[in-house]
Amino acid sequence: MISGLITDTLSRTLGAATPLLLGTLGEIYAERSGVLNLGVEGMMAAGAVAGFGTAMSTGSPWAGLAAAAAAGAALALIHAFLSVTLKANQIVSGIALTMLGLGLSGVWGKPFVGAPLSARFSPVAVPLLSDLPVLGEALFRRDPVFYLALALAGGLAFVLHRTRWGMVLRTVGENPQAADSAGISVSGTRYACVTLGGALAGLAGGYLSLVYVPSWIEGMTAGRGWIIIGLTIFAGWEPWKAVLGALLFGGIDVTQYLFQDAVSPNFLKALPYAATLLVLMASARRSAGSAAAPAALAAPYRPGER
Amino acid sequence: MARIESLELRDIRKEFDGAAANDGISLTVRSGEVLALLGENGAGKTTLMNILYGLYAPDAGEILVNGARVRIAGPADAIRMGIGMVHQHFMLVGRHTVAENAALGLRGVPFLRPGAWVAGRIREFSKRYGMAVRPEAPVWQLSAGERQKVEILKALLKGAELLILDEPTSVLTDSEASELFAAVRRMTAEGKSVVFISHKLTEVLAVSTRIAVLRKGRLAGTVPAAGAGRAELARLMTGGDVISAAARGPRIAEDAGAPALAVEGLTVLGDLGPAAVSGLSFTLARGEILGVAGVSGNGQRELGEALAGLRPAEAGSLVVAGVDASGRSPRALRDLGMRHIPEERLRLGVVGSMSVADNAVLSCHRDPRFAKGPFLDRAAIRAHAQGIVDAYGIMTPSADARAGALSGGNIQKLILGRETEGTPAVIVASHPTCGLDIGAAEFVRSRLCAKAAQGSAVLLISEDLDEVLRLSDRVAVMFEGRFAAVLPNSGLDRGRVMLLMAGGGEAGRD
Repeated sequence: MISGLITDTLSRTLGAATPLLLGTLGEIYAERSGVLNLGVEGMMAAGAVAGFGTAMSTGSPWAGLAAAAAAGAALALIHAFLSVTLKANQIVSGIALTMLGLGLSGVWGKPFVGAPLSARFSPVAVPLLSDLPVLGEALFRRDPVFYLALALAGGLAFVLHRTRWGMVLRTVGENPQAADSAGISVSGTRYACVTLGGALAGLAGGYLSLVYVPSWIEGMTAGRGWIIIGLTIFAGWEPWKAVLGALLFGGIDVTQYLFQDAVSPNFLKALPYAATLLVLMASARRSAGSAAAPAALAAPYRPGER
Repeated sequence: MARIESLELRDIRKEFDGAAANDGISLTVRSGEVLALLGENGAGKTTLMNILYGLYAPDAGEILVNGARVRIAGPADAIRMGIGMVHQHFMLVGRHTVAENAALGLRGVPFLRPGAWVAGRIREFSKRYGMAVRPEAPVWQLSAGERQKVEILKALLKGAELLILDEPTSVLTDSEASELFAAVRRMTAEGKSVVFISHKLTEVLAVSTRIAVLRKGRLAGTVPAAGAGRAELARLMTGGDVISAAARGPRIAEDAGAPALAVEGLTVLGDLGPAAVSGLSFTLARGEILGVAGVSGNGQRELGEALAGLRPAEAGSLVVAGVDASGRSPRALRDLGMRHIPEERLRLGVVGSMSVADNAVLSCHRDPRFAKGPFLDRAAIRAHAQGIVDAYGIMTPSADARAGALSGGNIQKLILGRETEGTPAVIVASHPTCGLDIGAAEFVRSRLCAKAAQGSAVLLISEDLDEVLRLSDRVAVMFEGRFAAVLPNSGLDRGRVMLLMAGGGEAGRD
């Protein structure tokens, strides 16, 4: 009984954490290159509907996932064009993107509302480990996207800190003048990072409609895009800390199921958002230290400006 | 990397907003040579070099390397041709290590662990040119002099054969500057060439082979450094304008009244915690200029900020014109007649994104002269600003122009006009001529002298020992948060002051 509850809680926590992790990794990359993208919620919604629709029509959840990433990336390209090429205000552009993504997903998703998804990912069982008692079922017999997200976290952390690409993109986000002076394309780097961020936000949305729920309901992202922006700050723009943050918030999400008999459901529903607020307030206090935001965050780069 | 035997600029022209920053400039730099580019602020030196480095595209003219015409569309092209540039404002990422900064944009850097790979090459180059830096150190921990070494090493690692140094000594102490000159000589001995941008005659004569003088965007003349006279160069720079050296007028008569400023036991904490100013006491009489000499970082900045009310004092009292002003706010201090010319003029002196007119009343905006009931009197503010612009000869398109777009000298004149209006009781001037060209610097100095002659007391904090010795009635030497000595400035021995600055004085002997 108790072991069943632990397995169930852990499994739900990881499920809730996966889209948060994917989205946060993407936003970390965009912001590390100096572009604030507040359109995560919209890109997730577009990813969710594109993923669901594609999986329905092709019968392949993998095709759905690819479509989700492509939809997120396509929306992100709009943001990149506005904020990098046209040097528009990134906050305004990001919020517009959120509204656009939510609106488009509502229109495109009409035919899919309430449709059951037949094309699902089958769980991948890690040999030996999945037979462990209690933990095996929750940790090592999961959908493949979960493992993909973890691998991405490790890979993106490595690229960011140990490779030339990472060094270039960190420079672009800290001091674009220095990057430009070293012959690096600031615009190209930012386009690449924002697009990658969009693809990951799209994946996060696709995970919701293909794995987590799995079905399409309008507004199913339910503010997770905003939580992701908070998590990016909580993680101090470090991919490995994003794993911790996503697990923490995934756990908070699951309290809704654990305590639904004891505590008011409205209070439980508000918890993730209240937690985001608390985390942001705590992060604001330490932002002077090493976990400070990239120095050129949200500042368009204009060559030759004093 | 092919050696750059000669690099030629032909009839370069560049306009900004219709005004020619460079107008038909032709120059040649040869291998093994140090070409100094001398000129006042705004003469077009940096613009010309930014064109050579590919940051700006010239409107007309051509560039030839070893006799062949080249097109430099961006810094990447310039680097490929062996041109390196160290900007006046360093292009470094503070949060990255020295090695990571150097690895940026370097060819042949491995994909994995780029910083680690480049560390070895940094050590090799820093030994070869006598510029010691630690590759693992994060850049934000380094001093300005060390950061400059990183910038130079960065350029050399990229294979620079021609190195452009933009005002390299403006952030250096004297000993750091001689270290830099030694490195420059090692480079030219290897056949590299160096373009050295400066507005300081002394160092230009010390380090360069040839001197090209720019004035108002045009080439005023090119002379070999050997045998060049200071007077001739100054004439080329200013176009024959005579710059009158600021001179002290007669001191106003001593009066028996209260001193303009009395400081007793002042202790101020530095940014890092420990006291930067410890138990400092001094008085300043009306009409007196007290010069504070010292190597930077001995508490001068904290002293200036504490007097202006910008930094709280831990202990001690402050009496301005007979009124106790301890612990007062900057506004209250200002109302008592305390004026402050800050060290960081762009950060503390003006709001760059606001107009010249708004900046002209920034600290006296509550003055009834500029108010119409609860509203600002725009016309009065504009008239007041225009008055300062005319009186100080500030070069600005109009009083409505953005203050941040003005040159350093013009910004300083604007601050001076605002802060020295009337006869303030005390003027605290922190490094008032730092980074200004000769003409602007002399203007600032003569203005401070004039104010002293009218009865203001001036505290002149400066790293320029010549300036301190020339203007001050008394010289205080600051060392480790205390005045090592306060000496009357008559027949003062320069060597003795420098010894005191280095801590080898009376106070440092115990």
